[in-house]
Amino acid sequence: MQWCDERMSEPSPRVPADGPGDRPRVGLFVTCLADIYRPNVGLAAVALLEKAGCVVEVPASQTCCGQPSYNNGDLAGAARTARQTIAAFEDCDYVVVPSGSCAGMLMDYPKLFEDQPRWRERAEAMAAKTHELISFLTDIRGLDAVTTRFSRRVTYHDSCHGLRALGIKEQPRRLLASVEGLELVEMADAEICCGFGGTFCVKYPEISGRMVADKASDISATGARVVLGGDLGCLLNIAGRLGREGNGISVYHVAEVLAGMADVPGLGDPTDSGGRAR
Amino acid sequence: MESLSHAFKERSVHALKDETLQVALHRAKDGFAVKRAKAVEGLPEFDALRDRAVAIKNHTLEHLDHYLERYADAVERSGGTVHWASSAEDARRIVVDICRAADAKMITKGKSMVGEEVGVNGALEEAGFEVVETDLGEYIIQLAHEPPSHIIVPAVHKTRGQIADLFHENHAKYGLTRKLSEVPEMVNEARQVLRSKYLAADVGITGANFLIAETGTSVIVTNEGNGDLTCSLPRVHIVTAGIEKVVPTAEDASTLLRLLARSATGQDMTTYTTFSTGPKREGDPDGPEEYHVVLIDNGRSTMLADQFREMLRCIRCGACMNHCPVYGAIGGHAYGWVYPGPMGSVLTPLSVGLKEAGNLPNACTLNGHCAEVCPVRIPLPDLLRTLRHREYQLKLGLKPLRWGLAAWVWFTAHPRIYRIGTRVQARMLALLAGRKGRFTRMPLAGGWFKGGRDLPAPQGETFMAVWKRRQKDSAR
Ligand code: SF4
Repeated sequence: MQWCDERMSEPSPRVPADGPGDRPRVGLFVTCLADIYRPNVGLAAVALLEKAGCVVEVPASQTCCGQPSYNNGDLAGAARTARQTIAAFEDCDYVVVPSGSCAGMLMDYPKLFEDQPRWRERAEAMAAKTHELISFLTDIRGLDAVTTRFSRRVTYHDSCHGLRALGIKEQPRRLLASVEGLELVEMADAEICCGFGGTFCVKYPEISGRMVADKASDISATGARVVLGGDLGCLLNIAGRLGREGNGISVYHVAEVLAGMADVPGLGDPTDSGGRAR
Repeated sequence: MESLSHAFKERSVHALKDETLQVALHRAKDGFAVKRAKAVEGLPEFDALRDRAVAIKNHTLEHLDHYLERYADAVERSGGTVHWASSAEDARRIVVDICRAADAKMITKGKSMVGEEVGVNGALEEAGFEVVETDLGEYIIQLAHEPPSHIIVPAVHKTRGQIADLFHENHAKYGLTRKLSEVPEMVNEARQVLRSKYLAADVGITGANFLIAETGTSVIVTNEGNGDLTCSLPRVHIVTAGIEKVVPTAEDASTLLRLLARSATGQDMTTYTTFSTGPKREGDPDGPEEYHVVLIDNGRSTMLADQFREMLRCIRCGACMNHCPVYGAIGGHAYGWVYPGPMGSVLTPLSVGLKEAGNLPNACTLNGHCAEVCPVRIPLPDLLRTLRHREYQLKLGLKPLRWGLAAWVWFTAHPRIYRIGTRVQARMLALLAGRKGRFTRMPLAGGWFKGGRDLPAPQGETFMAVWKRRQKDSAR
């Protein structure tokens, strides 16, 4: 991740191709949180990618992106995890991730192999073809609209890594604007961190708790009944707080809404199935 | 200054519970960020200026010895004296010696972060001098016997009521006994008290925002004009400055000045920008008889040589803390040393050691807001992560965390076992949560719940399992 204010400039948009010969092979890196907590996000990502003319593959040997190690200073551990991911996705044209934070990690892989030229090269190739899901749909596949309905008043939280390292701000809003019945109300301080921060939230729970409480009150103040975002870590944190407050605001990953798959209970909402996935 | 950074956790929890502090922080929270945003919007070349500032700073740091020598020569040419202090102790000793040699009694001080860093006030008071801070914020915290909680607004943690009480307690001895409530009244009263000090002072000590190598000039910016009076009224003027403050030319200083005030307070320029070069010359109407500069290293040359060189670009504008959500929640004192917020979380462990201040680089969500606003583009989150790496290598972090990470890494490198483990976890958690869909507590995950939040339950199956089944079904 380049921590500077320059937003990464994306390659010029490509119009989705029709011919089957021109359909890119996209490897979906589902992320450990979506894999375990919210398979629906992975399914929504597949649906959206297919809609955008991609052939989706899900390499079976993918695991985690390595952020827990990377951000806690264990660079050797992060490199070990990274090698696993790099090898898993080598055959794909693109790697697409439904999380700005994990996508940013994949783009940072070259830094882990500074003195291993062969791995560094492979890491660079990986970084170059990695994209966050929503910006991939809009900026690379030229998707401007979706055809679905979601008749709710929603607000959108900009997760920090997507926003600052990848320049994701307007893309999800552009696609949301095409969802029939959806009304987007911006919250105050949408760009301020929710307090998740990976292991930060358990190492400094009191500070993290204050940050997410502030976020929850900004969300409530909009009158929206649904919060959307692009990073499951932040969304679990926000949903956890809103659930504790018991004010009935639901939380979804933006991909679930865009794919027309937000017909399941939101994160942490009561379920009928009692733990059976669809 | 002595470090209390080891107690960061307790201090931060305490700060979160301190209602008066929370009122003060809340009031300050958006003010600076909004003003900065406006100022930046009003200056289309802001980003280009930042690039120039980075280039100026990088160039100077690359040739720091050269520019320091040039600067020192110019100071000597103008009749001043340069002192080199390699440590905080050196700096304190040098300042005390100058004051003793000048036979001083009363010393006025302009705001100086490096002065706080090396503990000038304590040393002077111990040596028997009367020291008065003349920056209003510094004056307030001096009365309160507290360290600054912000690098440009040292008393930002104080409410108006608290300041009124402090003045009421401390100004009675000057015959000022009325309890004040309005800000302008308080400012006036402080001015009245300070005026007598300016006139009685033998030595004035200021910091420096920039040192200009070509002319031997030190530059300070203030909004109260107290800097001018501190430099020019006493017989002796002492400038204390870190060695990274030097820039080649006046033009370079002016580039940085344009960024400084905008980034700090959202002003185009501070109200006063004071240039001082050497002692009073013949024919000058005023100015000090002696002019001393104490150039302080105190760990800076070590930073210059390692991965943290970029930190030396810092112009102490405070934008990083004004935009830091952690600073916004707990204020500056929790950090336990002189520099709080993101820049402090890099500087403190480098100064007082990672063992003492290891919490600081960890107490950050790596949200990147600080790096986005830093006028000299210091990659603060990257530097914090580098410190975490150092901490990990030195095995200073929490043991259970190390074990947990090691176990997780092993799993991630064994996908088959990882698949089984995640499946079991997803299913178990979903079943345990039942129809409620979330947990309100859970053994071994206390940290999460301590933050006043529930934990959403998984949907029940892992994505990889659902996907595998689908692939099988569609193949059939
Ligand atoms: S690190 Fe950057 S933003 Fe923070 S005080 Fe220094 S110059 Fe300002």
